[in-house]
Amino acid sequence: MAQKTPEQINEDLLRPLSGTSGRYLIVLAFLAGIVIAALCSFFWQVYAGLGVSGLRSPVFWGFYITNFVFWIGLSHAGTLISAILRLANATWRRPVTRCAEVITVFALSIGATFPVIHLGRPWLAFWLFPYPSERGIWPNIRSPLLWDFFAINTYLISSVTFLLLPMLPDLALVRDRAAGWKKKVYSVLALGWTGTPKQWNRLERAMHIMAIAVIPVAVSVHSIVSWDFAMAPVPMWHSTIFAPYFVAGAIFSGIAALILAMACLRKFLHLEEYLLPIHFENLGKLLLVMSLLWFYFVFAERLTAWYGNDPSEMTVFWVTQTGSFSPLFWLMVLCNFVIPFPLLAIKKTRTILGTSIASVTVVIGMWLERYLIIVPSLSHKYLPYSWGTYRPTWVELTITAGTFAAMVMLYMIFSKLVPIISIWELKVGLREEAHPAPALAPSHTQPNEVGAD
Amino acid sequence: MNALRSAGVNRDNIVVMSDEPFEEYSFGHAEPSVAMPWLAVLGGLVGGTGGFLLARLTQVAYPIVTGGMPIVAPFPTAIVTYELTMLGAVLTTIVTLLITAKIPKWKQELYDPEVTRGKILIAVIDPADDARADLEDRLRNAGADEIKSTGRFSAI
Repeated sequence: MAQKTPEQINEDLLRPLSGTSGRYLIVLAFLAGIVIAALCSFFWQVYAGLGVSGLRSPVFWGFYITNFVFWIGLSHAGTLISAILRLANATWRRPVTRCAEVITVFALSIGATFPVIHLGRPWLAFWLFPYPSERGIWPNIRSPLLWDFFAINTYLISSVTFLLLPMLPDLALVRDRAAGWKKKVYSVLALGWTGTPKQWNRLERAMHIMAIAVIPVAVSVHSIVSWDFAMAPVPMWHSTIFAPYFVAGAIFSGIAALILAMACLRKFLHLEEYLLPIHFENLGKLLLVMSLLWFYFVFAERLTAWYGNDPSEMTVFWVTQTGSFSPLFWLMVLCNFVIPFPLLAIKKTRTILGTSIASVTVVIGMWLERYLIIVPSLSHKYLPYSWGTYRPTWVELTITAGTFAAMVMLYMIFSKLVPIISIWELKVGLREEAHPAPALAPSHTQPNEVGAD
Repeated sequence: MNALRSAGVNRDNIVVMSDEPFEEYSFGHAEPSVAMPWLAVLGGLVGGTGGFLLARLTQVAYPIVTGGMPIVAPFPTAIVTYELTMLGAVLTTIVTLLITAKIPKWKQELYDPEVTRGKILIAVIDPADDARADLEDRLRNAGADEIKSTGRFSAI
């Protein structure tokens, strides 16, 4: 990549925007079909009532809340990882950041729909908002569900702007090459970006501040999602470990999603010269660390429950270790640790293929983890007479499949509208590699200036 | 830039545009600087105050006891305050960026799409008529690829 000229970079990274292949359209149509099926299922549920789902007493949180937690977790792929890499000034981050930030925005948007889907009466979702109703009933700030409202919206606004702001120079680039209606659209989107030193200065400073702000916000979001559970006196939920456990799991699944997205982009958009094996290796190392951390948290959680020997907790413990949920539990361990650990620990297998395989298993494993946190506890709560079972219906399965399809579809559409790799950041990286900055750049107030004037 | 400055052109009349930041070079410096981090802190304080008031006043306005907690429950209030603090900081940063970078501004008086092809545009706004030839020479000698005049005056 070091030999690339700025014009070649422009050409390579703007090429995906220039047209669509038949294969692309077929895949898009297939995904759109699944999304439409999911929408039909949702509307059927709205029409017929929540009874068409598998949610029954005592399990009122099933696939929908599993998906909510999973997608919110997956959203940690982008903004959080991108912000950390920006602040650490990791030079290899440049081709990765936008791929990651896009995942956050779409995953968060998808995740945020699930509490509404789960409501059964989605038209009453506005009851969650802190507005002064005519009845004088204000939302209950003491409910963790309301904390979700504030946390997710703060994170969504931060993530969207964190994605959009550094896109402005690239949108200006597309604007200057587009014609007709496209030029008009990109002109509006680029907000009149011209690239004056003032604009660059402000953009970089804003991005730095945003990177600092967005990290604690991201941590808070998944902590608060975990508190939806941990605030309730339900066996295996009421635990102080839940917040860091959830945050670690979120970053874990987020990195896996990022690796998968990058592998697909590399293959289908022919970005082999930009998304290099080193990017996969570095992210693979991060995934390895998170796999170990995940195992540590699971072990700590299980050990504490087992040692405490509380009857209600032990019921859930054994039902997942050896009972009806054990196949899913051990599949989760297989997917989150047994398979990815050797693949990522051995340098020879920490390749693009190896990290991608590990990422697929981690995404599956992390979905299972969310499911296993929710359903076994609710179905085995305290008194045996209240125990029950949960089986998702076709409605929940279709809606779940629809969200996965929607994620891929949105990502595919986005990659055809905006350069999926930040072009200007890539150029800065290449320039810095080729020509390190002068050691002592004089202030602009000095009369005799040096540099490239 | 040096050539133009040495010809007596005021820095305020020189416009630079590029497709990437060149902050390590003098021509890429922006002026004047803005205390963006402090504004973000201020925005955070405003957001946090708003969050605290929202949490406190809504709890007082609808005083229902939940789970044995006090009416104004400290931990939930802190969480809402925290989230709105961060939101205030983020929104202030965005607004500061938009205002100080003067965007959105869809009508450009001086711009050349060549900028996004890697060229650096250095323009002199409203140069004196008798100084044009001299400025053009100075820019050519300094390595300008192309010189354009647009009623106003620009060099690429």
